[in-house]
Amino acid sequence: MSALLEVSGVSVTFDGFRAIDNLSFSIGKAEMRAVIGPNGAGKTTFMDIVTGKTRPDTGRVLWGDGSVSLLSRSESDIAQAGVGRKFQRPTVFEDQTVTENLLLALKKKRGPFSVLFYRPSTEDRARVEDLIREIGLTGAGDRKAGELSHGQKQWLEIGMLLAQDPQLLLVDEPAAGMTPAEREHTTTLLREAAKTRAVVVVEHDMEFVRRLDCKVTVLHEGRVLAEGSLDHVTSDETVIEVYLGR
Amino acid sequence: MVDASLTLPKRRPFAFRHPSVLVFLGLLALFTIGVTVLSEATGIGVISTSFVKTLGKTLCLCLVALAMDLVWGYTGILSLGHMAFFGIGGYAIGMWLMYARTEGIVLGSLEAEVLPPTPGEVQEAVATQIFGVVGSSELPWIWGFAHSFPLQLAAVVIVPGLLALVFGWLAFRSRVTGVYLSILTQAMTLALALWLFQNDSGLRGNNGLSGLQNLPGLDGVSQDWISIWFFWASALALALGYILAKWVVSGTFGSVLKAIRDDEARVRFLGYPVETYKLFVFTLTAVIAGIAGALYYPQAGIINPAELAPIASIYLAVWVALGGRGRLYGAVVGAAFVSLLSTWFTGGQAPDIVLGPIVIQWVDWWTVLLGFSFVAVTLFAPKGLGGLVDLWQDRRAPNRHGADLGPDAGSLREKEAET
Repeated sequence: MSALLEVSGVSVTFDGFRAIDNLSFSIGKAEMRAVIGPNGAGKTTFMDIVTGKTRPDTGRVLWGDGSVSLLSRSESDIAQAGVGRKFQRPTVFEDQTVTENLLLALKKKRGPFSVLFYRPSTEDRARVEDLIREIGLTGAGDRKAGELSHGQKQWLEIGMLLAQDPQLLLVDEPAAGMTPAEREHTTTLLREAAKTRAVVVVEHDMEFVRRLDCKVTVLHEGRVLAEGSLDHVTSDETVIEVYLGR
Repeated sequence: MVDASLTLPKRRPFAFRHPSVLVFLGLLALFTIGVTVLSEATGIGVISTSFVKTLGKTLCLCLVALAMDLVWGYTGILSLGHMAFFGIGGYAIGMWLMYARTEGIVLGSLEAEVLPPTPGEVQEAVATQIFGVVGSSELPWIWGFAHSFPLQLAAVVIVPGLLALVFGWLAFRSRVTGVYLSILTQAMTLALALWLFQNDSGLRGNNGLSGLQNLPGLDGVSQDWISIWFFWASALALALGYILAKWVVSGTFGSVLKAIRDDEARVRFLGYPVETYKLFVFTLTAVIAGIAGALYYPQAGIINPAELAPIASIYLAVWVALGGRGRLYGAVVGAAFVSLLSTWFTGGQAPDIVLGPIVIQWVDWWTVLLGFSFVAVTLFAPKGLGGLVDLWQDRRAPNRHGADLGPDAGSLREKEAET
């Protein structure tokens, strides 16, 4: 299986603090991966590097079949190339309706002139309605996103991610603050998504990771500590020592 | 909901999809007709010519406020330099007005000569007339196109647009945002004003350009008529500007702008090139401001560098804040309300208030009142005057999106209650 994203030998230093230290990571085209690690392990910085928010000091980030480097490209370029990101805190546009939020995310040309003359077609509207149903917000299309509950905002953001139709989804703690039923739904959505695209989930909650039932990468002090099935990594001596704290 | 969208009928005309546009255009038309009927040139003469000019100028201020609302209220860029573009528009048209009129006078006085004057002589005479006041008799390079009406008209659009494009490109590319950008725009307008103040800027230093109310070749037409023409032109420009602004902010483009205002980093991760959007809006609004200025200054009759002082752009932000940011009619209402009120207070018509030893003379105290209202609106009524419209709309039944009307499971749903 050829890799969709290949990160190799990447290091980042913030004011002398080595946030990422010679990190290598790779994921295939239709794969689910959980990334776990204690606070400060470099999980968020890792996502920042892939999405272009942070430039690494050394290393390579290669993307897609052509193995294009993502290093010198802007955030919006990388997002257009097919990398979608969901933040830990739900960040939806609270002043706009659910439908507007999803239309904004829908995969379309992003230049100002195309957007200025763009008016949603019947198919686009139908696609948005489908997404609204999929994320369990049926009937809430005209509500302002700011009125939604925390869990609903999380889903709306997942919906926006799906609307973007990315090849790689980077999801930061999707289940935070959700009820067990909502978690169940989120798991289903993510596993469904991972059938056709790559999904990287950063998560603290071991129970949630177990439900995802996928390969796990453990980060610690900016390095990959262990990689494999959840049972494999949780039985690893060093992982137990640094992460589980026993 | 899916069915409703699938059987969507043909899209209705733009104005009907946005009833606020119809309401606005209707009110503007009524106002224009009212002034026309009451003016000295076309009607019964209840409104003086100078007040027609005041109203026409107010419409131009409404237009530049509309631009400010686009850039600040919708996109979240607090530009404190947009009156610079307004001033540039005024200078651009003023140069032609002054040149062409002086040329007419010069040709008139040279007619008596035996030999017809050469073009060089005419130009020299014109330059002496215009620049004698700054001790020069040469036409500066900047006046190279001043003889041509179409070229100066193009400059009204191109010069502010180009300046905004270059300035915006430098600022947005370096990701300067928030208060730093505001300071940068203040610096831009201040620098421009200081340059214009110099006699060798080629634009008559602190004298500015004057006599702009006289249109070349129309000496026989009275100001009564010229004022109403400009009033009509200003009303038309405001109407077109409103439609354009509404078209820009409706639909996904407007969505992107509001999203940039609320969380610009998130918009980047959706794949939108945020800087390009900002540059687009900044440049577009600079052009609108330039056009507004080109209509304003012929009605004012004079333009000088003080018009580009930083305070002018701050006033612009105050108007939009008082009227209500993020809604187009709010900007228009704010600009009209505050500038007309300012005319009244500073015109000496407002009665003084005697508080024992202190006498509040509004000519001096008006700015204090304005400052307090700005603070009060920012703190207590961030929606501004436009918020009043919300209060009025809220009195109608809220849209419950089809939910139950009461907490009881057996209560009517909204749909049932409607029938």
